[in-house]
Amino acid sequence: MAEVLQLEIVTPERLVEKDTIEQIQIPGKNGYLGILPGHAPLITELGVGEITYTADGMAYYVAVAWGFAEVLPDKVTILAETAERAENIDVERARKAKERAEERLRSASGEVNYQRALVALDRANVRLQVAEKKR
Amino acid sequence: MANILDIRRRIRSVRNTRQITKAMKMISAARLRRAQERALSARPYAQMLTNVLKSLVSRAEIFDPETGAPRHPLLAQRPEKNILVIVVTADRGLAGAFNANILKAAARFLAVNSGKNTDLEAVGRKGRDFLRRRFPTATTERVERAGAVRIVGEHIGVLGKLQFEYVRDFSESVIDRYTKGEIDSVYVLYNEFKSVIAQRLVVEKVLPIEEIGEKTIAQAEELTKEEREKRAEAAASAGVSLGEADTTEMDRRAAAFATAQVDYIYEQPPAELFRDLLPKYVAVQIYRSMMESTAAEHAARMTAMDSATSNADEMIDKLTLAMNRARQAKITKEIIEIVSGAAAQ
Repeated sequence: MAEVLQLEIVTPERLVEKDTIEQIQIPGKNGYLGILPGHAPLITELGVGEITYTADGMAYYVAVAWGFAEVLPDKVTILAETAERAENIDVERARKAKERAEERLRSASGEVNYQRALVALDRANVRLQVAEKKR
Repeated sequence: MANILDIRRRIRSVRNTRQITKAMKMISAARLRRAQERALSARPYAQMLTNVLKSLVSRAEIFDPETGAPRHPLLAQRPEKNILVIVVTADRGLAGAFNANILKAAARFLAVNSGKNTDLEAVGRKGRDFLRRRFPTATTERVERAGAVRIVGEHIGVLGKLQFEYVRDFSESVIDRYTKGEIDSVYVLYNEFKSVIAQRLVVEKVLPIEEIGEKTIAQAEELTKEEREKRAEAAASAGVSLGEADTTEMDRRAAAFATAQVDYIYEQPPAELFRDLLPKYVAVQIYRSMMESTAAEHAARMTAMDSATSNADEMIDKLTLAMNRARQAKITKEIIEIVSGAAAQ
């Protein structure tokens, strides 16, 4: 049984993260999943949320908005539309995005706009939450 | 005979211009390298997404087993009555025939499809300006429009620092119009970029999706041989490599994504996964086309500036020759004057 996992986080823009890790928690669409080495092969969609993983006993946090993950016994590959490490999050921008989303929620007309604003708000909230965890 | 002082002035002015074109060429070369890198780092994601979708096609029964009709609206072919064309040009000029070629191809494509109602989305300032002069901008009310062409949207100043989030929002709005039935198909007209010398001007059909992982090209145009040679020359003098970007180790791993010979547990039903992934695939296609177009734009500008620089070289040579001749003529004239003056005494 493998002792560690290879982690890769890929976005359309670049490879965000490549690391050897001991365990990881990913925000599945239907709830968080904890993954340890030797996990059964799995494919899942990700929701908006926070990835937490430990490498060398240190915890790391990454905010993701929609993504997709493939889990193999010795490897986790995450495709995320956006992924930002806690220390790289622009708090100011996230806060502004949140305000904008709230504004849109109040004035949104039509179901689609409302849905979109909700998603945007979600994303901004997660970003802020994760940013708070930076060391 | 031209005045020596005038010629000298012209030489100086051409020299100044040459300095500018040379600098612009080097800047374009640097931007081209960066654009190539960005296009490269976008590849793994696209590849992985394609893999997952392909593996899902068989599992999710995307096609109705009896009729063979696709169950997903983004795959369904409809008769083309209303089409959307996304025309990707550059925000800036001075890139040789780059923008003109795209707009010419657009005119050709529109001529072929003149019987259909055509909406245009203009990406890049140059294309927007040109299309605006030729076609009316959309009005809110839907008018009687058999075969009419109109501009429904424009995207200016996004290509320089292309953000995936921007493209995602754009493609969501396109998909929205498509699923509502406002448009029956979506084409992207852009400059495909494999390397400095391997480029094509293509019209790619992004919706409906005909085959995942394969491009559906409706119209294509290769670079001429002459143009390719010019590019190769420009690239060599600017220190840009000609080859296609190498397949990196990351690409190889991307190719293996989701294709392991194991039974995956699917957290969500495959059909649902497929439904959620397909729009992302469309967004990635559009994103890729914009990135390639940007790289092609810089390559075209680099070539244009290289030609401009060598033209300036030529001109300086010609002017220098003319100036020397004029000077010589002047000296000869003066000697004749002195000699004939001495003889007269």
